[in-house]
Amino acid sequence: MIKAILIFNNHGKPRLIRFYEYFAEDLQQQIIRETFHLVSKRDDNVCNFLEGGSLIGGSDYKLIYRHYATLYFVFCVDSSESELGILDLIQVFVETLDKCFENVCELDLIFHMDKVHCILQEVVMGGMVLETNMNEIVGQVELQNRMEKSEGGFSAAPARAVSAVKNMNLPEMPRNINIGDINIKVPSLSPF
Amino acid sequence: MPAPIRLRELIRTIRTARTQAEEREMIQKECAAIRSSFREEDNTYRCRNVAKLLYMHMLGYPAHFGQLECLKLIASQKFTDKRIGYLGAMLLLDERQDVHLLMTNCIKNDLNHSTQYVQGLALCTLGCMGSSEMCRDLAGEVEKLLKTSNSYLRKKAALCAVHVIRKVPELMEMFLPATKNLLSEKNHGVLHTSVVLLTEMCERSPDMLSHFRKLVPQLVRILKNLIMSGYSPEHDVSGISDPFLQVRILRLLRILGRSDDDSSEAMNDILAQVATNTETSKNVGNAILYETVLTIMDIKSESGLRVLAINILGRFLLNNDKNIRYVALTSLLKTVQTDHNAVQRHRSTIVDCLKDLDVSIKRRAMELSFALVNGNNIRGMMKELLYFLDSCDPEFKADCASGVFLAAEKYAPSKRWHIDTIMRVLTTAGSYVRDDSVPNLIQLITNSVEMHTYTVQRLYKALLDDISQQPLVQVSSWCIGEYGDLLVSGQCEEEEPIQVTEDEVLDVLEGLLLSNLSTPVTRGYSLTAIMKLSTRLSSVNRIKKVVSVYGCSIDVELQQRAVEYNALFKKYDHMRPALLERMPIMEKTASNGPTEIVQTNGETELSVPDMKHPPLVTQPANQANDLLDLLGGNDVVTVIPTTLPTKPASAGGELLDLLGDLSLSGGPAPVSSVPVSQPSFLLDGLSSQPLFNDITAAIPPMTAYNKNGLKIEFTFERANPNPNIAVITIHATNTTEAEMTEFVFQAAVPKTFQLQLLSPSSNVVPALNQGSITQIIRVLNPQKQQLRMRVKLTYTHKGVPVQDLAEVNNFPPQSWQ
Repeated sequence: MIKAILIFNNHGKPRLIRFYEYFAEDLQQQIIRETFHLVSKRDDNVCNFLEGGSLIGGSDYKLIYRHYATLYFVFCVDSSESELGILDLIQVFVETLDKCFENVCELDLIFHMDKVHCILQEVVMGGMVLETNMNEIVGQVELQNRMEKSEGGFSAAPARAVSAVKNMNLPEMPRNINIGDINIKVPSLSPF
Repeated sequence: MPAPIRLRELIRTIRTARTQAEEREMIQKECAAIRSSFREEDNTYRCRNVAKLLYMHMLGYPAHFGQLECLKLIASQKFTDKRIGYLGAMLLLDERQDVHLLMTNCIKNDLNHSTQYVQGLALCTLGCMGSSEMCRDLAGEVEKLLKTSNSYLRKKAALCAVHVIRKVPELMEMFLPATKNLLSEKNHGVLHTSVVLLTEMCERSPDMLSHFRKLVPQLVRILKNLIMSGYSPEHDVSGISDPFLQVRILRLLRILGRSDDDSSEAMNDILAQVATNTETSKNVGNAILYETVLTIMDIKSESGLRVLAINILGRFLLNNDKNIRYVALTSLLKTVQTDHNAVQRHRSTIVDCLKDLDVSIKRRAMELSFALVNGNNIRGMMKELLYFLDSCDPEFKADCASGVFLAAEKYAPSKRWHIDTIMRVLTTAGSYVRDDSVPNLIQLITNSVEMHTYTVQRLYKALLDDISQQPLVQVSSWCIGEYGDLLVSGQCEEEEPIQVTEDEVLDVLEGLLLSNLSTPVTRGYSLTAIMKLSTRLSSVNRIKKVVSVYGCSIDVELQQRAVEYNALFKKYDHMRPALLERMPIMEKTASNGPTEIVQTNGETELSVPDMKHPPLVTQPANQANDLLDLLGGNDVVTVIPTTLPTKPASAGGELLDLLGDLSLSGGPAPVSSVPVSQPSFLLDGLSSQPLFNDITAAIPPMTAYNKNGLKIEFTFERANPNPNIAVITIHATNTTEAEMTEFVFQAAVPKTFQLQLLSPSSNVVPALNQGSITQIIRVLNPQKQQLRMRVKLTYTHKGVPVQDLAEVNNFPPQSWQ
């Protein structure tokens, strides 16, 4: 069972926190700090497994982490998970994020925290691995996003700011439809 | 009220904060705005507000006031609302808050929603944080969804069922019918989660385990298809078809095959196939191989397969990838108990891993190395481990030191090697050894009698170099105290003897007392050592001075010791030698009752006997041997009686009889066959005060010998606390007119008994019953056999030496039952 999934950057700022077991809020922040402390000390050419810190659980728990550019992806697991398998799972998760966000970078994670949560929900549920097929995950996430968009997203409020949006798999829409001398500017749907 | 700002606005604003205080201020302002917005019960903006709240929660700020809002969002009809609402519920709520129960109805409705994604959300939330009450209520719905044909929902329902089972194990039966055709599913996602569900059920209930054993052929088939099927782009990960599923199935096979022969046999082929066909160039291949190896080791596989598995692990050890090496070391540690020989083959590789830079690998390698130490490789391994101890991080030193001690104790090829090894540990990692190593080491040194000189010499030299490592200092000072006379004698068999004067020795010990590096415990050790040397060396005055100085020490323990030792010099000088005698061989598990009587190994002491102590004659030993011959050889334990101590003080007080015991068993006696069991007899001595009193009514006295005017009576006493020991007091009286001088009483008993003679009260039996000699015999009779005794008496009567032998058979039954 996966006990927690933490994503933070090179300075320890949390970008995504998901605990699959109950911890009080301040304990959660303490765990994040301790994990960052343990993981940031590691050299780049040592193994990706760490015995867990004292806070996050007893002897059974391990920290399995991967460092991508500016982000650390840390999975805290117990002995029922295969360590090498979790390494692969982290890779699958990151590749999925890449597909969903198109060349994902830290900023994507910062501004779309809830989206990342939804993607994660399709991969890991209740501390157990749900789906590992990237295309499947991406497909389902897309469908759900489409549902959200059809409802107007967060900003179903009257003031609809138009901001840049990335069209995921919708066919390329012309920005201007010229019919005779009527210019209809196609509005880009905003996220929220 | 202006519209609440959007999430990305908030994020952007927070990112501009330059200090923690600024950030906190912004967040507090926003929280206030959100709170007032919540109060207005505005449906349109609630979603946005909760999203912002979740962001702030991630940064570590309190967000509990949003819990109810999440519930309202869940109840809404819009998918967007539900999505954020469920996420908020999972992040902010848990079963400790009563609020969560309000969700139950919403979830129930959503589980039956028309949109699969809503159903999915509900399943996800229930599977993450559902409490046992919620699970009980909703288990039926989950079970229904487990049977649906929608694979998206089915896989989520499977994992949700796992959570339900974990929370409410009694509901496991409910999910059993739904599992019937889970494995015939084509969708890998469903297969994967179904295997997880089956694994959970098998782990929790042995009945389920036996029920699901029949699935083994099906699982094997699925695994085979995965391996044999060609490239399938859908499930491909780095060239291998759905490695996650393969790993899961292997794990389930492991659980099913454990301790079951038939299942294990059915799996043998497929395991061999996976082990040989999987590509190992990428991590995924290695993950599968690793799982395969673990499965092979766990089930009842045939030996060829096990060897294959260990070889794979050996190959892993040579892999460049650190992760693989780590994983290999971990699994070797698990298998070293069962397949010790196979793992031994890879010993050199494992020992090389000790030099790795990676902390996790080093730790694993150290544990594994200790597990691999055995009688054959002890020397080589110890060299490597000691080298490791020198150079490793402090966090390892304590564990490594304890491991070295344990291994050395079990497999030491010789006493000298053992002592050398321990000394090496003490000098390199002295401050990290555990506290109980000091007494253990002292006991070891005491027991290796022939190494005393060598040991004390080496310890002395080590002390000259460095006095900062407390365990080393403590052991050294104890040894110098005990064997100081050996040290100054300048003789050593094992190595080049060093010439040390008494003053130098005392200088070193005094230096310890004065040094800032010594802890109070160490100081106590050195003071006692100095005191002990007063009987072994000749510089008594210097020692007296040192001891009296510390009588005013601030440290209470030190002061008490000094004062008592001072008193020993002044008032009890006659007792000093006996008190400060050489320590006897210590029984390791010394306890209150008489433990097994320990035989020393026939090693004789080389040291010069202490001058004040009466030399123990070897004569009685020869005579006792004669007794042996008479009794026909081997089945009699010889007994060496004590001689009369020449000190007058020995006449009085039970205390000195105790000390008399000490002198019997320890010390410069030729101790080849004296049964020694210090704690028991010491304590028996303490407890059997009524020895000198009269008989208990329980066992009647008897006359053992009565001839030529010499009468010997035995009176009995049961020694507490051990009823197997009979304490016999002999009273020798003389009815003739002339006294009997130089009276010596000796006794021998059959082999199943053990006997100890204490010192007699005198060696003159006065004439005409004017007095008697009393002497105490202790007989240990563990098998409760009939007591028999041969006695030999020698005395001089009217100038004529007399010798007599007699057999005593008329012991009353109560004395030996």
